[in-house]
This record gives sequence, structure tokens and C-alpha cells, in this order.
Amino acid sequence: MIYRNEMKLKVKALSENESFCRACVASFCSSLIPSIEELSDIKTAVSEAVTNCVVHAYPVEKGFIDISVKIIGSSVYITIADNGVGIENVEKAKEPFYTTIKTGERSGMGFSVMESFMDSVVVKSELGKGVTVTMIKKIGSNACAIGG
Amino acid sequence: MRIKNRLYNNTLYIMLCGELDECSANYTRSLIDDLLDNSEIYKQVIFDLSELEFMDSTGIGVLIGRYKKLKNKNIPIYICNASNHVEKIFKMSGLYEIMPKIS
Repeated sequence: MIYRNEMKLKVKALSENESFCRACVASFCSSLIPSIEELSDIKTAVSEAVTNCVVHAYPVEKGFIDISVKIIGSSVYITIADNGVGIENVEKAKEPFYTTIKTGERSGMGFSVMESFMDSVVVKSELGKGVTVTMIKKIGSNACAIGG
Repeated sequence: MRIKNRLYNNTLYIMLCGELDECSANYTRSLIDDLLDNSEIYKQVIFDLSELEFMDSTGIGVLIGRYKKLKNKNIPIYICNASNHVEKIFKMSGLYEIMPKIS
């Protein structure tokens, strides 16, 4: 029988919620007994996706970020979504060092970090409707402790 | 985010303690710039990251900003004691190429 677990989290798109979001997701994944490096990877990727929602999604009035995490077997599926302005050109946005905000020292490395720290990153967006980022990471050799 | 600093042998040591993300970026930037602008004469800057518990790509932007600021004055930046997690970000972003790692 495959181990399954799931959680949902809804927070306002404020930067002070970033550390809560990444700690919460990482803590939820701890049932898979990830290594310290795997936990750091998850925390960082979540932080990047949440930062995008905080910085870009809601330029006028701050809306919400929906985070859902599913554990299926030894893999973690993390979805981070907003209902904000959306991304006009997703492929362009994923290019390293590309940023739409020219002031404020943005690195433009958010999607690059997500892609290098997770096994799979899929970004879907429609202008005016928001962005959904789905990331998958398989947790290593200790992962079947609960799966049975 | 907290910052410790000391000036020794023309080197400005800056230790970043805590988490560097979108939430702490502006505050961290202003603390570092205050040191860079108001310290006595220094010829290089060493960031000690031994107590930096977390950093994401927002931190890359903050550090590149400080690099650009000091490049105009020909003052190099070096990095020491980054954790495995922070080191991974430095390596994938190429940050070590502009602010080399020292031990």
C-alpha cells in the first residue's frame, strides 16, 4: 500500500509569511525522513515560489497564496498558487537573471533555483488569473520508513 | 537578521546572522550599506556566513547589489563559512565567480 498524506495552507501574500510557509511545508515533509539537504532544497524552492507571489502577483491589493502538499509514496508534490496578475511569458520568466522589476536589485533567479533544487517544476499561468507552480521531489533512500 | 562586524588589517568583516529572504532583504541591505558607507578605511570586505541559516534568490540580489556598489571603488568581496545549503545557491548562481570563496 502506497503511503499518502495531504495538507493545504492559505496565507496572505505578505513577505513576513515566507518563513512560516517554508518551515510549514518542510515540517509536513518530515514524515518521509528527508536528509538535511533535501529539507533545505524544499524550503528554498518553496521560498522562491512564495516570494514570486509576494513580489509580483498582487501589485494593488494583497491577495492570498494557496499551498497544497501531497505525499505519495516517497515523492512530495508541492503546488503554490495565486489569483494575481499572472505571467505574460512563462518561458521568458524562467530564464536565469530575467526579471520584470528593474529597480530593487532583483536577481531574476527564482525559477532557476526551483528547477535546480527540485526534480520537476511546472509553471502555468493565464494573464489576470494568476500563477500555479507545481514542484515534485523524490525523497531519498530512507523514504520508505512509513510507507511500509 | 542581525549583523556583527569588525575592522581588522584593512579588512571589513561582516557576519550575517539569521535568514536572508524577501522579508529581511531591505533591512539587511540598509544595515550592510550603513557599514560600507561609514566604516573607516578598508581595502576588502569578507562576508562570514557561518551564522546565515537560510538564503534564497532574494539574497543573491542583495549580495550582487553590494558587489556593484564596491566594484566602483575597486574593493573586492570574499565569502567564507557558507553552509552547504547557502553554498549550493552560490554555486548554481555563479556568485563565487564575482565574490570568491576563502577559508
